[in-house]
Amino acid sequence: MSDTLLARSQLQTLLDVLRSDGFSVIGPTVSQEAIVYDEIESVNDLPCGWTDVQEPGKYRLERRSDEALFGYVVGPHSWKKYLFPPLATLATADRTDAGWTMGVPAEPVRQYAFLGVRACELAALRVQDRVFLEGPYVDPIYKARREACLIVAVNCTQAASTCFCTSMNTGPRCTAGFDLALTELPHGFVVEAGSDRGSALLARLPVREAADDELTQADQARAEAVKDITRTLNTDGIRDLLLNNLEHPRWDDVATRCLSCTNCTMVCPTCFCSSVTEVSDLQGDHVERERHWDSCFNLDFSYMNGGLVRNNIRSRYRQWLTHKLASWIDQFGSSGCVGCGRCITWCPVGIDLTQEVAAIRETTP
Amino acid sequence: MTVAPAPACAANPWLAHTVRIAGITAEITGVTTYDLEFTDPAQAAGYRFLPGQFNMLYLPGVGESAISLSAHPQSRGRWAHTIRTAGNLTQALARLGPGSTLGLRGPFGSSWPIAQSEDCDILFVAGGIGLAPLRPAIYHVLDRRSHYGRVMLLYGARSPEGMLYTCEFDRWTAAGIDVQTTVDRAATDWMGNVGTVTVLLDRLSLARPEKTILLACGPDVMMHFTAQSALRRGLTAEQVWLSAERNMQCAVGLCGHCQLGPEFICKDGPIFRYDRLAPYFRVEGL
Repeated sequence: MSDTLLARSQLQTLLDVLRSDGFSVIGPTVSQEAIVYDEIESVNDLPCGWTDVQEPGKYRLERRSDEALFGYVVGPHSWKKYLFPPLATLATADRTDAGWTMGVPAEPVRQYAFLGVRACELAALRVQDRVFLEGPYVDPIYKARREACLIVAVNCTQAASTCFCTSMNTGPRCTAGFDLALTELPHGFVVEAGSDRGSALLARLPVREAADDELTQADQARAEAVKDITRTLNTDGIRDLLLNNLEHPRWDDVATRCLSCTNCTMVCPTCFCSSVTEVSDLQGDHVERERHWDSCFNLDFSYMNGGLVRNNIRSRYRQWLTHKLASWIDQFGSSGCVGCGRCITWCPVGIDLTQEVAAIRETTP
Repeated sequence: MTVAPAPACAANPWLAHTVRIAGITAEITGVTTYDLEFTDPAQAAGYRFLPGQFNMLYLPGVGESAISLSAHPQSRGRWAHTIRTAGNLTQALARLGPGSTLGLRGPFGSSWPIAQSEDCDILFVAGGIGLAPLRPAIYHVLDRRSHYGRVMLLYGARSPEGMLYTCEFDRWTAAGIDVQTTVDRAATDWMGNVGTVTVLLDRLSLARPEKTILLACGPDVMMHFTAQSALRRGLTAEQVWLSAERNMQCAVGLCGHCQLGPEFICKDGPIFRYDRLAPYFRVEGL
């Protein structure tokens, strides 16, 4: 199918069609001086004319010189909060005369349409699919939400200083894993369908065939993102590099800077660690098992038999980085990193994992 | 590599099944064996486990804990779990009487490679409570004793009073298992060995190390030195199997807690061949 053009004035129609199909449309919006993902109803909710400036430990919104709707990179949120919710009830227990009765909550399936998914974020969804869907056990909450969700990707036309998707082979171009992919031009969006569902949706939108010069413009816009990317991570042999350097002095060095604040794991679109807590009513007759996001940087995370396995920041940072970039490959067949740069931007002290890896590489014979 | 029975993937891994405490046996101070039976006959009829696998036992409002089965692998109707009272869950469990109900998810994890090791000499090495996860494998060998070569159990405990299942040792010995014990400390009336379990291993004469399989469960440091000793005695790392331990919450590889290097102890383990675990086993804080 040839690429089509959706006029900027018709983007609302896409939202309306999705909403009338029963989707909650989740898209970018400005909140608390950041571009976050939240439910949107109107094109007016989008971050029109805003961009983000990112550096290690820095994120600022600035006004653009144009009225672009998707003229930013990525913010502190990722789509995982909708598929792997930060708080979820996994199971229930009720006390009866015959003892405890166990159950799992019957959650109505949330139907989400994600608008504005970047290439690195499509890759992150694939990474979490491998974790939650493709192992011997399946996470039922993720599965139900993932199968129901519809993805409208938007190609990056710029990059932040913290981006390194080209090193991770995840972007910036959206190539798979979407229903529709848009490339923003000043007067509209070049739209490609990536699935039957996307084609069916596209057929219901007031689109026309894109002109050759519009396709050229879209190519140029996407090429801008590639040009912007300056950060690199050398992934050659990275699994062995890290797992053979578990006692490298760089872990001590980074431990003097890392605050173990968990920010990197909270903003990471692939981190999946969680903990379960018991929440009971006042009588203790009805108990819910609540799962919440956890982090390998939390002290209690490695609690075992009255002690802590990772009782210093060195061991916790090492766990995070070696898991993300090395042991993830053993576990799930791909890196756990998609090169989105969030962990660099949102680290309060600006620790840059690409530099940490480079430092270990430089000093490894 | 041993493989657990394929889990019912369609099933929600978080759904616990109600079990009732059918029997309570005080073993030694602070260690109790609970016989658990499913309240749902269909669960009872379908439940099978392999030696070395564990269940998640759940007390609503208190939490869950990974507990190895210590039952006979052919158990039907009720399944033994030998538990040391240590944390929140096990303390709450200790306050329950027969007939009380709790939740159970499982079985989870890998198993001892016992069925695959017929014709071999089998060396069980246990420390303290570590004998409990080995007992199903011992029972398996007892059932099929003629299919194995020499079978030994080397068992170390802190004190003679800290030894589990001692009332079964005579039966095991009569059935053809060479049971040797040692303790760290003993009163003057103890006539047995004093010292670590690796001392027993070091002085053992192994008739055919190339056909010996060693299965060890106990504290990390004990398993480490057991593995080292085994390697010195001519076993290869591929003949040594250990049971690793980490805090587990989900038991299905989804919560991230139990990682040790690339391994999820819950679904890749808890039983590992030593060569797979060796690079990570003794790394401080990993």
